[in-house]
Amino acid sequence: MIESAVLPQATTEEWKLPSRGVVGMVCLIAAESAIFIIFVVAYVYYIGKSISGPQPRDVLELPIVSSICLLSSSVTVHFAVSALHHGKRSLTSLWLALTVLLGSIFLAGTAQEWYQLIYHRGLTIQTNLFGTTFYSLVGLHASHVIVGLLMLSLSLIFSLTGQLTTKHTERLEVLSLYWHFVDAVWVIVFTVVYVFGR
Amino acid sequence: MATQTPIVPAKGDAALSHRLFFDTVQDWLTTVDHKKIGIMYIVYALIFLVIAGFEALLMRIQLAIPNNTFVSPQAFNRLFTMHGTTMVFFVGMPILFGFGNYLVPLMIGARDMAFPRLNSFSFWISAFGGILLYFSYLGGDGLYGAGSAPDVGWFAYAPLTARVFSPGHSTDYWTLALLLSGVGSIGTALNFVATIICMRCPGMRLNRMPLLPWLYLVTSTMVFVAVSPLTAAQIMLMLDRYVGSHFFDTQAGGSAVLWMHFFWIFGHPEVYILVLPAFAFANEIIPVFSRKAIFGYPAMVAASVGIGFISLSVWAHHMFTVGLGPYGNTFFVFATMIISVPTGIKIFNWLATLWGGKIQFTVPMMFAVAFLFQFLIAGLTGIMLSVAPFDWQLGNSYFVVAHFHYVLVGAILIMIFAAFYYWYPKATGRMMNVAMGKWHFWLFFIGFHLTFDFMHIPGIYGMPRRIYTYEADRGWALLNMIVSSGAFFQAVASAIFVYNLVWSYFKGPAAGADPWDAWTLEWSTTSPPPAYNFAITPTVESRRPLWDLKHPEDPDSKYEL
Repeated sequence: MIESAVLPQATTEEWKLPSRGVVGMVCLIAAESAIFIIFVVAYVYYIGKSISGPQPRDVLELPIVSSICLLSSSVTVHFAVSALHHGKRSLTSLWLALTVLLGSIFLAGTAQEWYQLIYHRGLTIQTNLFGTTFYSLVGLHASHVIVGLLMLSLSLIFSLTGQLTTKHTERLEVLSLYWHFVDAVWVIVFTVVYVFGR
Repeated sequence: MATQTPIVPAKGDAALSHRLFFDTVQDWLTTVDHKKIGIMYIVYALIFLVIAGFEALLMRIQLAIPNNTFVSPQAFNRLFTMHGTTMVFFVGMPILFGFGNYLVPLMIGARDMAFPRLNSFSFWISAFGGILLYFSYLGGDGLYGAGSAPDVGWFAYAPLTARVFSPGHSTDYWTLALLLSGVGSIGTALNFVATIICMRCPGMRLNRMPLLPWLYLVTSTMVFVAVSPLTAAQIMLMLDRYVGSHFFDTQAGGSAVLWMHFFWIFGHPEVYILVLPAFAFANEIIPVFSRKAIFGYPAMVAASVGIGFISLSVWAHHMFTVGLGPYGNTFFVFATMIISVPTGIKIFNWLATLWGGKIQFTVPMMFAVAFLFQFLIAGLTGIMLSVAPFDWQLGNSYFVVAHFHYVLVGAILIMIFAAFYYWYPKATGRMMNVAMGKWHFWLFFIGFHLTFDFMHIPGIYGMPRRIYTYEADRGWALLNMIVSSGAFFQAVASAIFVYNLVWSYFKGPAAGADPWDAWTLEWSTTSPPPAYNFAITPTVESRRPLWDLKHPEDPDSKYEL
């Protein structure tokens, strides 16, 4: 039995562990995915079960342009990370600005779509099961886009004021992981809501 | 080679002593130290354990004799709702997160958790959730009229939660409390995974990691896929109640059964989220007091991971009585039965660890041995209930209540008690009183078996759950009296335990760094550990680094692959 505190010291070997930022973000993405899966399940389960109209095929149009914008913003954020990695700071700002712009276009597209649906097509979250599941699923995704845009804008501000340096590459990479996740979710939402659900 | 941990002398400036109280309070409120957060989790959970235990006592007084009017039917509904919700979300989860917070960084040789500030955030948001739940007693009906707590059951089945059937705000307090607790749980689970993967000390490869961090890794991963669906379902319920959507509104074509699926997709893995840390305590305590290394370490890890996966596909065994159709029933019957295979592997491995060991019947070991037998019985009634036709007969009866309390009290709570007696010396530097510990064990053991053994029988006789009273001619009266009297044994035992916790803090004998002659890293630092845990980052070469240190002529690393 040891009375005083003694620490074991064995021979050292090469010791490298994964980055905690990346692991933490992967965990967050796993948890968020589970939330989205439940909303997608609810959407799929209620397809065609609305008692009254309007039905999806009556009112939904494919958001092609805004989808292209959102998906290409994944590419631009990747370029921003790699530009930061190589220390090209003005290029980082440019790519970040483009990412924020593309994300904002997507968000504006959603806003436009919702405006049309609410004021001209008479579909609200209270109208029927389609409205309930549509606004909650698309809204949940849009709220994630907003969070991502806020963080990307913050990075852009830091980048423009010169506070974002090469040593922050990993942090920007963690943020870009989140942004890729938001884009990947949109692929699923798009497929479920606008392709199969229509 | 070994290094001494230097002890930094405590600050003893007399001029500052009058500000000591406020400094201490501020220190605890703003701390990001995993040990302090762990202790706060545990103390917070103990407070709620006393509250929810008191609610259970009130229910047992009400049910002790037929046609009793001790509490009103409305109050009874609130009692079982609050008891269940509190015990699962504000006792079970925080106490296990508390032990994990305290032990995981120490056992893997880390300075702190991976994200200390997230850790603090997760604790406080969970704590706020618990306070919000109990505030419903004051604010449940809003500003008009007397308050009331939620009364929809801990699973809050639709359409009972609809605005029409639950007016006022009581159900909203329930929803918000669970939403906040869910956010806290996900934050802490994320922290555990990042800590265990990224913060291990040099040499501690995954196959050398003690089993406790391993099981916390599995539990935390399950939190992501189990608690998140509950969060999603709570968002839907909030939308239904406040915005007027129709997720669970049957009049607009919505489905009440969908809520049941969403709830139990959370609810059943939750049982394993709670029981895996109890297994983790057994994995540390049983080998130390058998004076043997754990039997079948790789099988234990594989069984834990297996339980994690299978537990995600058994949820609908809570819904056999709903009518799932023959294919659904068959799938969930077999999935539920299969999960007893990895669980059985664990029990055999613990028995094999005991076999041929020099068993020391210390207080934690007594609890651990009781755990083995009680968990076995809980598992056996679980297999009975997994058979759908048997479940149709006994679903929603006191047999079910007895079964899951056998798991939650007989296995989980008993192992939590064991963990208290085992790690208390580490956290406080003092041993817990053995005589009081034995009184606690025997009184609780007798009370537990009086209550929960006999509770199975009225269930078989057809006594349903959640009834506030019953007629005298049903033949349940004597059995219910025995069940209720057992509850008082448990209450007295718990009071002795709480007294022991406080008494030993001031009067207990000094523990030293390693009172149990144990083998994992937390025993290599002082008791209580300094804020920085280890003066020098330890390095390990085997699963039992302190064994290697004490027996340099015969280290474990010679035998492990």
